[in-house]
Amino acid sequence: MGRYVIRRLLQMIPVFIGSTFLIFVMVYALGDPVAALFGDKAPDPATAARIRHELYLDQPLWKQYLHYMGQIFRGDFGTAFNGQKVTELLAGAYPVTLRLTLVAVVIELLVGITLGVVSGLRRGRSVDTSVLVLTLIVISVPTFVSGYVLQFLFGVKWDLIRPTVSPDAPFSELILPGVVLALVSLAYVTRLTRTSIAENVRADYVRTAVAKGLPRRRIITRHLLRNSLIPVVTFIGTDIGALMGGAIVTEKIFNIHGVGYQIYQGILRNNAPTVVGFVTILVIVFLLANLLVDLLYAVLDPRIRYA
Amino acid sequence: MTTIDKTAGLPEPRSGRDGGTPLLEVRDLHVEFHTRDGVAKAVNGVNYTVDAGETLAVLGESGSGKSVTAQAIMGILDMPPGKIPQGEILFRGEDMLAMSNEERRKIRGQKIAMIFQDALSALNPVLSVGYQLGEMFRVHQGLSKKQAKAKAVELMERVRIPAAKERVNDYPHQFSGGMRQRIMIAMALALDPDLIIADEPTTALDVTVQAQVMDLLAELQQEFNMGLILITHDLGVVADVADKIAVMYAGRIVETAPVHELYKRPAHPYTRGLLDSIPRLDQKGQELYAIKGLPPNLTRIPTGCAFNPRCPKAEDICRTETPVLHQVTEQGGGEIAGRGSACHFWKETIHG
Repeated sequence: MGRYVIRRLLQMIPVFIGSTFLIFVMVYALGDPVAALFGDKAPDPATAARIRHELYLDQPLWKQYLHYMGQIFRGDFGTAFNGQKVTELLAGAYPVTLRLTLVAVVIELLVGITLGVVSGLRRGRSVDTSVLVLTLIVISVPTFVSGYVLQFLFGVKWDLIRPTVSPDAPFSELILPGVVLALVSLAYVTRLTRTSIAENVRADYVRTAVAKGLPRRRIITRHLLRNSLIPVVTFIGTDIGALMGGAIVTEKIFNIHGVGYQIYQGILRNNAPTVVGFVTILVIVFLLANLLVDLLYAVLDPRIRYA
Repeated sequence: MTTIDKTAGLPEPRSGRDGGTPLLEVRDLHVEFHTRDGVAKAVNGVNYTVDAGETLAVLGESGSGKSVTAQAIMGILDMPPGKIPQGEILFRGEDMLAMSNEERRKIRGQKIAMIFQDALSALNPVLSVGYQLGEMFRVHQGLSKKQAKAKAVELMERVRIPAAKERVNDYPHQFSGGMRQRIMIAMALALDPDLIIADEPTTALDVTVQAQVMDLLAELQQEFNMGLILITHDLGVVADVADKIAVMYAGRIVETAPVHELYKRPAHPYTRGLLDSIPRLDQKGQELYAIKGLPPNLTRIPTGCAFNPRCPKAEDICRTETPVLHQVTEQGGGEIAGRGSACHFWKETIHG
């Protein structure tokens, strides 16, 4: 197990280097950061050249990348155009997005798995059909529609919550954004669980559990669910990465100052250090989430052993 | 209809009947499955009894209804599509089909236990065997986790799994086929049930292990004086262990007999066919007999005797009239205890 983890961590290094290099190239090569720094005004060529020299922008791209990576490993993610350290932005944004993701994942797990189990056990009956139709609707409606509609209904029309989230972003204000963020994945979790349950309910070991005279609740929670959750866990694991980076729309709607918001601002203003810094961390989050899923596999299914 | 009586000539069952009521009595049981292709009549009026300490072997090819009968007794039929339109299953004189779900659940595992064919798929792959064994004690007797684990080790020792203490936390896939089947047996034995139903317990095992597992089962049955229903299609397995045999075909019992009687002189052409299709050393080099044709489609069982399209002795009456289970008698007219045959020509078959 230990050796497996080490091997996986080592495998992350080339993935990390490759993906950050791609991001670096895309962000720096596809726009002129110095021009962006001056906004609408045309920069004085002498000043522009000086700034280019100070920011290593007159060096070839691969040298710039090496320089950037060297700084990252010393904990320096550079400075945004407004003079703020990128590390400060990271420290401000990541906890907020982490909380939002947590809310979304908890909702996905609780609601998604419950709905999936209920419909999976009653496959083909009316409960199952209505859950299927409902999830289909949820999957079809894009986030920016469901987000604005729910924000309008709960925040404006019925005045139940604040329509936007304050800078501190406490859990209580993140519930509705969490629901919006979770909606689509929730539908997938429901469908995955349903299929998995419906398939496993016919398994021989479930019949054995019935023959042992176990109560129905115990058969479902201990015998059926444990086997059926393996595909769901995979999905949730990869989804954590997607939720953390893909919250751009939700964070924009509810004015949450998280990762998605900062990346959005960074892209709009061609603010290269911010974008590259945030995405670099996202890459790490993705890689770790994947490793965690693989390790969780072994916990859920003892037939999988890593050596 | 006939019940199978105690076998004359064999040692008395170890505890015998409880005031005349058999341990288990199946009366005129019917099971059907409603499918898209029509109604499949899997069991069509089965009767049998099992006493404490007695072994009944139910013999038949795939689709003869032997497993479905067992599942109906156990209460683990998938309903729907399964349905029991008619019949009674009496356990110690009480009809289990009339009981509530909760009452039946308490009988399952505690009073009647089942051993399944393929232990690898019948055991839960993600739970340790210790957990699965201990679960019986935790659910039915309310023992703590620790006590249950100790009991699980005890059980594993009882079915002679080596190094039980070290292996109690292992998972099913870490055991060999024979050991897994022992764990299944241990699980069935856990709460000292009165009746064990073994559904082809050795089919998935290789021949050497088959004998070990059967011996173990027979030994434990004797030790705890349990009733045993042994479902199998393997005539070799039956001969050593069973007290009496019921042969099933297309959801009916076509012949019942004490075990050695059946081998000596079958009273039904189907049984005869089965016996003739066992390879024998003294017939080396000759072609092996096989029963022609295939078992009938259960949605369209032939009229009359279900076996008539495959029977070498079939005559017109076989195609029109369904034979009842006739009491089999000696040539002189003396009844042979426990023998019955559902064949119009049983006399010719046994004496001819």
